[in-house]
Amino acid sequence: MSGATPIPPRAERWRNRAAAAAVIAYALITLLPILWIVQTGFKTPPDSIAYPPKLLAEPSLEGYVNLFTTRSRQTPEYIAALPPADGWVDRLVRSRNMVVAGPSKFGQRFVNSLVIGFGSTVLAVFLGTLAAYGFSRFKVPLKDDLLFFILSTRMMPPIAVAIPIFLMYRSLGLTDTHLGMILLYTAVNISLAVWLLKGFIDEIPREYEEAALIDGYSRLAAFRKVVLPQAATGIAATAIFCLIFAWNEYAFAVLLTSGEAQTLPPFIPFIIGEGGQDWPAVAAGTTLFLVPIVVFTVILRKHLLRGITFGAVRR
Amino acid sequence: MTQTSSLHTLARRAGAATPPVVAARVRGLSDRAVAWLFITPTMLLLLAINVFPLIWTIRLSFTNYRANRPNAPLRWVGLENYTSILSDPDVWHAMQTTAHFVVWSITLQVLLGFGLALLINRQFRGHGLWTTVILLPMMLSPAVVGNFWTFLFQPQTGLFNHVVAFVSGRDPSSFQMIGDVTLAPWAIVLVDTWMWTPYVMLICLAGLRSIPDDLYEAAEVDRAGPFRRFWSITLPMVLPFLMLAVLFRGIENFKMFDMVNLLTSGGPGSTTEVASITLKREAFEKWRTGYSSAFAVILFVTVFGLANIYVKVLNGVKQR
Repeated sequence: MSGATPIPPRAERWRNRAAAAAVIAYALITLLPILWIVQTGFKTPPDSIAYPPKLLAEPSLEGYVNLFTTRSRQTPEYIAALPPADGWVDRLVRSRNMVVAGPSKFGQRFVNSLVIGFGSTVLAVFLGTLAAYGFSRFKVPLKDDLLFFILSTRMMPPIAVAIPIFLMYRSLGLTDTHLGMILLYTAVNISLAVWLLKGFIDEIPREYEEAALIDGYSRLAAFRKVVLPQAATGIAATAIFCLIFAWNEYAFAVLLTSGEAQTLPPFIPFIIGEGGQDWPAVAAGTTLFLVPIVVFTVILRKHLLRGITFGAVRR
Repeated sequence: MTQTSSLHTLARRAGAATPPVVAARVRGLSDRAVAWLFITPTMLLLLAINVFPLIWTIRLSFTNYRANRPNAPLRWVGLENYTSILSDPDVWHAMQTTAHFVVWSITLQVLLGFGLALLINRQFRGHGLWTTVILLPMMLSPAVVGNFWTFLFQPQTGLFNHVVAFVSGRDPSSFQMIGDVTLAPWAIVLVDTWMWTPYVMLICLAGLRSIPDDLYEAAEVDRAGPFRRFWSITLPMVLPFLMLAVLFRGIENFKMFDMVNLLTSGGPGSTTEVASITLKREAFEKWRTGYSSAFAVILFVTVFGLANIYVKVLNGVKQR
């Protein structure tokens, strides 16, 4: 809205301030649950379920210690008879009349999330880039139908596909394996990868490749040396979207994994302390789980719109 | 940079000097071979992990198969599974619960999201930062979100109950968002709205930014008031974007499983048991694989059918 507006600039300024105030108020309210969870991770278990809730509690790393360890309860006499505590973790655990029994499964589940997330992302982006280039540059018979078919695979409820995949994986021995989950997430992500990357590649002028072809490059060499560098930003943005999906996915993970290949989303809600959920530990796990997503969201800001609409809206 | 610009000039010169046929006669694989080489792996993967399972589901839906008894004799039951689903009151209850959830969550998200987009579009100082903050919830894992909202909804100690108590003056332990039959359906709507309002907002914002300034300038000349400008410029221009957002949210919420499963797991009773949760119960708790396959087919056909009708309407709106 340019200078042609007849509204006096003073009134306009006040309206802008009111809009800013409303947006900031919404942003703070929407941020509150997330901040509360992050803070709960730094409370002691009694403080986390205090009545009324404690806005300010003495910070404690007990949640994080509980997240990464398993502990066993001991008598005070037993603990007194132990050699002196080795470091702050031991001291903290012993102050609760417990001793560290070993590491928890959180670390292993975190590694699973990383392996499956990155594995499926690399595969989906690799296959997706090739297919997107094919659809973008060549006359493919039934192109629109194939593209729509690729998109429609996203409309199936995950539970609906999970039934036969469960049976298929059981007979192939892929249940609860990294490979099985990587293949599955690749298949789910590939529709997004093809649609997004096709949009990015469509925007690269064909003349670049044609010039390279005239220079004597083969089609494959032109793709590698001309198209890929131009599409780098788009490929990176697509990769982050695939990674976020695989990182966040729950339905397939809970139905098809139970131990070996379990990722974090089905694991975090079941971090149990004595007598129910150990909320500071759950909150600590949630915080560590969310940090990468927050970083990615900030990196992706410019491409977010495109990613969430399968490339339909490009700004 | 230099490489691209030299390529650019080269391309222009080449384009002027050579007929397009030259580009087709290149070294290495033919374009046709490259196209198939590039597209086939994706298609094979989708055939193996999407189409094949779908066909298997359809096949199972005509049998009495149970996945926990793989060696029991398989019997073809024809359309029996389908008829018993369509006459099952639990299934209709789940469909109604899903409809309540989809309609209300999307209505709230459209109102809030469009409102926020209008405000952010004024481009006050710092709007970029606050937009990013608002976008955060939709990037999180729905399962983890559902789980931590159970903590916020705790009647005695939860933040949500205390905030509501602070604003309304009621006792924080006088109501239970996820334990109460009347409130639980609204708890899932509330959490979904918290999570996905930014999604609708972002798409509406793109719509608002697509409106050329001269439309408003022309309206100024015609002395159109702010309401008239909103009704005859802003709303019609944003509508296709808004409808696209509704389509994507509609599909996603119709399939909703993870957030609701961890927030209420369908309870109390079956008051928040949306279709996907009923499906999970039938398939992975009662192990009625044939029956649940038929239900899965019905759900898929419903989503697919509704989405197709909707896209036709959307295209009609775009063309106007």
